[in-house]
Amino acid sequence: MVDFGGWDMPVQYTSQIGEHHAVRRGAGLFDVSHMCVVDLRGAKVRAFLEKLVANDVGKLRTPGKALYSCMLTESGGVIDDLIVYFFDESGLDESWFRVVVNAGTRDKDLAWIRKHAAEFGVDVQERTDLAMVAVQGPDARVKVAKLLSREGAEAALALGQFVGREIDGWFIARTGYTGEDGFEVMLPAKDVVKVWRDLNALGVASCGLGARDTLRLEAGMNLYGNDMDESKNPLESGLAWTVALEPAGRDFIGRQALEAIKARGGIPRFVGLVLEDRGVLRSHQKVIVPGVGTGETTSGTFSPTLERSIAFARVPAGTGATVQVDIRGKLLNARVVKPPFVRLGKARIDLGDKLR
Amino acid sequence: MSNVPADLKYTRTHEWVRSLKDGTIEIGITDHAQHSLGDLVFVEVPEAGRQVGAGEPCAVVESVKAASDVYAPVAGEVTAGNAELATTPELINQDPFGAGWMMRLKPANPGLLSELMTPQEYAALLKAEGG
Repeated sequence: MVDFGGWDMPVQYTSQIGEHHAVRRGAGLFDVSHMCVVDLRGAKVRAFLEKLVANDVGKLRTPGKALYSCMLTESGGVIDDLIVYFFDESGLDESWFRVVVNAGTRDKDLAWIRKHAAEFGVDVQERTDLAMVAVQGPDARVKVAKLLSREGAEAALALGQFVGREIDGWFIARTGYTGEDGFEVMLPAKDVVKVWRDLNALGVASCGLGARDTLRLEAGMNLYGNDMDESKNPLESGLAWTVALEPAGRDFIGRQALEAIKARGGIPRFVGLVLEDRGVLRSHQKVIVPGVGTGETTSGTFSPTLERSIAFARVPAGTGATVQVDIRGKLLNARVVKPPFVRLGKARIDLGDKLR
Repeated sequence: MSNVPADLKYTRTHEWVRSLKDGTIEIGITDHAQHSLGDLVFVEVPEAGRQVGAGEPCAVVESVKAASDVYAPVAGEVTAGNAELATTPELINQDPFGAGWMMRLKPANPGLLSELMTPQEYAALLKAEGG
């Protein structure tokens, strides 16, 4: 057990590698109830979110649709990454969106959201009554469907990517943090222990934080606090795809700073690394780019799927195809690749030669 | 409960020490240590001929989650590192007191081996640490 944003959470239930493979090959179950679920209601929630987050909630038109985004400081630093769900704006005076933010940043996130919500008259309600489980892997959706009514199962299996809806009293979304298909389910906290046991009984493996980290890294997904924080902007964190500068008139917090950073140029690259020598990449190792400069790994691990060590790194603009990483004073060779490393159970990068 | 073989000596930092007939000692990490680390994916052992001081970090074991140093229980000269571990680090998980041995050492002062922890003392340490 480790402390994770104030929650006691298991690194592993049985074996970190075994849990990792369970998700890539079958189905695994994560308790993600530590994530902070916040409902936003009011007449002007959409306008509020257009200002609050760097991605464009204008993309959310169908109820249940989700959007991944960052929330930025005025200077463009990342306060947190989050998922926004659009639920309903059929009422004239009331629309309803939900955001899910990280546990470790809960306090500052809520303070920031409340501070800016006030001018839009948006009601901010943390949903501590909800638990959340992520069921991930090629068999995950079918396993969850077995717990639902016949109509519910049909509805759940019909959900498109990055879409959720209320089914049998649960909010079920086809989202995740593993690079596999699956669901994230928000449900009343009082029901979650039974659901957990029922899924275990269906052969879904309990998975801890360790497997969650190796899976998300293989999937090319950032972790707040490692890969980006308030001292880094999304453009140098592999998150440029989440920043919507169009439409030009949308004045989100951090926009001016990002435009200035873009105009200046020379933005560091955020890349994937595959270690060519034996060893394990970890966060905060020095990356040497011969003739260019130095950078730093932000997350690193041993990839159970690739059986190689992989990492994310922030390196100077102009970095080429290979770099060296300083691991305990030894310079080891690594190849620069574009994440994801693994998607839907398959390697997405060329593994090249056997390890030296 | 971790396995603590009765014929070995131990350290506070979870290494085990086996006295061999030729006067050298064999060193590895304990069952408790391998279990705490989880699945090992990389092991670096010292090369023969290296002089190490007592308590000096002389090998590294890396699991998926973390890297940990392995310390020399006594001072001496390394006579062998277990080369098998470079390609099969999981030997330490599977057989920590046997095939998962890490290095052999010729102690500078064999008399100091008696000061290492006995199996009873090591088992008491694990109990105190909650293991």
